[in-house]
Amino acid sequence: MQATLDILLQQVLNGLVLGSIYALVALGYTMVYGIIGLINFAHGEIVMVGAMVTISVLTMLAGFGFAPGVLTLLLAIMIAAIVCMLMAQGMEKFAYRPLRKAPRLTPLILAIGISIFLQNLAMMIWGRGYKTFPEVVETRPIEVFGATITNVQMSIMVISVVIMFALWLLVDKTRLGKAMRATAQNQEVAGLMGININRVISATFVIGASLGAVAGVMRAVNYGQADAYMGLLLGLKAFSAAVLGGIGNLFGAMAGGILLGLIESLAAGYTGQITGGFLGANYQDIFAFIVLILVLLVRPNGLMGERQADRA
Amino acid sequence: MKNHYAQYALLILAFMALPFLVDAVPFLGPTWVRILGFAMLYVLLALGLNIVIGYAGLLDMGYIGFYAIGAYLYALLSSPHLNMVGLAEGVLNWPIWIIIPLAAVLAALCGVLVGAPVLKLRGDYLAIVTLGFGEIIRIFMNNLDQPVNITNGPQGISAIAPLHIDAAAWSHAVGETPRTLLSLQAKWSVLGLQVSPVISYYLFFLAIVILAIILSKRLEVSRIGRAWMALREDEVAAEAMGLNKRNLKLLAFAMGATFGGVSGALFSAYQGFVSPESFTLMESIMVLAMVVLGGMGSIRGVVLGALILSIMPEVFRDLVNWAQPFVLDNVTFISRDVLRNVLDASTLRMLVFGLALILVMRFRPEGLWPSQRRRAELHELDAEPTAPEAGLDGTPMQREAVPQDLLFKEADKV
Repeated sequence: MQATLDILLQQVLNGLVLGSIYALVALGYTMVYGIIGLINFAHGEIVMVGAMVTISVLTMLAGFGFAPGVLTLLLAIMIAAIVCMLMAQGMEKFAYRPLRKAPRLTPLILAIGISIFLQNLAMMIWGRGYKTFPEVVETRPIEVFGATITNVQMSIMVISVVIMFALWLLVDKTRLGKAMRATAQNQEVAGLMGININRVISATFVIGASLGAVAGVMRAVNYGQADAYMGLLLGLKAFSAAVLGGIGNLFGAMAGGILLGLIESLAAGYTGQITGGFLGANYQDIFAFIVLILVLLVRPNGLMGERQADRA
Repeated sequence: MKNHYAQYALLILAFMALPFLVDAVPFLGPTWVRILGFAMLYVLLALGLNIVIGYAGLLDMGYIGFYAIGAYLYALLSSPHLNMVGLAEGVLNWPIWIIIPLAAVLAALCGVLVGAPVLKLRGDYLAIVTLGFGEIIRIFMNNLDQPVNITNGPQGISAIAPLHIDAAAWSHAVGETPRTLLSLQAKWSVLGLQVSPVISYYLFFLAIVILAIILSKRLEVSRIGRAWMALREDEVAAEAMGLNKRNLKLLAFAMGATFGGVSGALFSAYQGFVSPESFTLMESIMVLAMVVLGGMGSIRGVVLGALILSIMPEVFRDLVNWAQPFVLDNVTFISRDVLRNVLDASTLRMLVFGLALILVMRFRPEGLWPSQRRRAELHELDAEPTAPEAGLDGTPMQREAVPQDLLFKEADKV
């Protein structure tokens, strides 16, 4: 029994780390969905590009003689975030904007196309295998009530909280945030009020992409590696998290992400015990989908979503 | 009207003659006949998905799950696997006239099971949930080798019996050769023409595809088909007209799944081996792309899309394999590792495929060979009367009446 409880705390910590990464990715989905009602299927790929570019830049900086450290890492993340932001902006401008009035499925399938394209482009650039994340910051374990967490994992959680707080400030307190909320409510009327909706939508994509880039780096640091395939599943899970919390709702995405991380890590830790070895941890990847399906059945608008009429 | 049928007959004859021609060409040969056979299976899959997406407007991204169910059903019921793990006495070798209908029914049931909980969801949610279902099916097939070894996990099931009809025995003892009445594995000849097994398979698949096309066409113009399209265009209005949304959507899921299940069973017999590898999300997306590229809701378009997307990659692979050593030898200003990554046949193929999906959706969302109605809907603003388009048979097609209000309707929902 004691062993079970020890695992519990460890799994909760793991779940929180995983969950904060999901939450950051989920924010990208939820912001875009909230403002133009599009599932940006390619968002997972942006996360992947963020991680891969960071790794490449770090390798390159090491080649230039930069000492490994927090500053080098920050520089690399900044470059990666800029690449991702430019990608998101281009995507929005050349692919999604012209289709804003098209039937819903058209941009969705287009997004799937972008996702496949980017994934394979990444494979061409970085190869099929995984890339190890360079050891830029020394990893130290920290003991918390018998469970261990590394300083890196700790910073992942802290940084996510800071970013989420900053995002809330941006959306709630600034002019841009107000414009975003107005555009989400009604594009035409927002336009009539003098808001440049193209610019606002573009900004939404760009902000989402920067969060995604940071989340990608976090994921790569957490697992010590990244590959060209990582975006797809991560994106799907994060989307599930966004739906779980109520898509279009910022706090929903945060809560949904953390909840999904917890569910996954607890489920992975305990399915073996609960089912008596019948189902093992190799089923970990399906929990996100099962949660998604259950949530949509019971509460189609998510935990924090508001009821809204079908947009006909 | 008579001319019409003659044209169709000619087209069918041409498709029947195709494998013999391909087989005779020296640099194509049986490998390419095999590819044609797979292309036929993809046509069947695409026709099935077309019912779900094209007619009923439900974006199903886990469609390959039904294909997997059909494939595994056939694999289990006509391979030594169940005997080896001690779940069956004797080597199961069920005849196709049992397995194929069974695959159809089982897939349809699964279609209803998947469809029922997600009916209330709007289009894009539906896509993600069905995608989740497809992945769940695949993950289970990957892991159901314990505690009871049903699917043999990632290794998959091999030694699957070829398609055959056998009236008497449903299983045979271990080590015994099964007695079959009519097996596609046998060589036969007609009018002095040698028909190899791979050609027999192709012809059999072609027959099923023709059946599926007729079925699709009849469905399209039937009461149910028109109800599906009404639902696709405007759910609220369709319900107000007295259509039963739930039953119609479930029926669409079930019909589409049937095609997938049958296709899966045939695939299993054709390949002689199944593993979860064949049923990934990418395969679902591939079939989706076939439907989208050809034109959702247009049978001729979907057939064309499936043929292009199943044959082009193979051409592509040959081309890349042929060009790779040449480029590697002559291009020296780029590092060889990078070149090798870029010239990887499957990566390059998927890259082009993603690009095609992007370009088609961006510039021609109605697909390459759409139905008239669809085109009118998607080009509502630049709609102008065009000359009647030539149909499959070369005669001018009867233009479907597109009411004026439909042309100018704000179609922001599929």
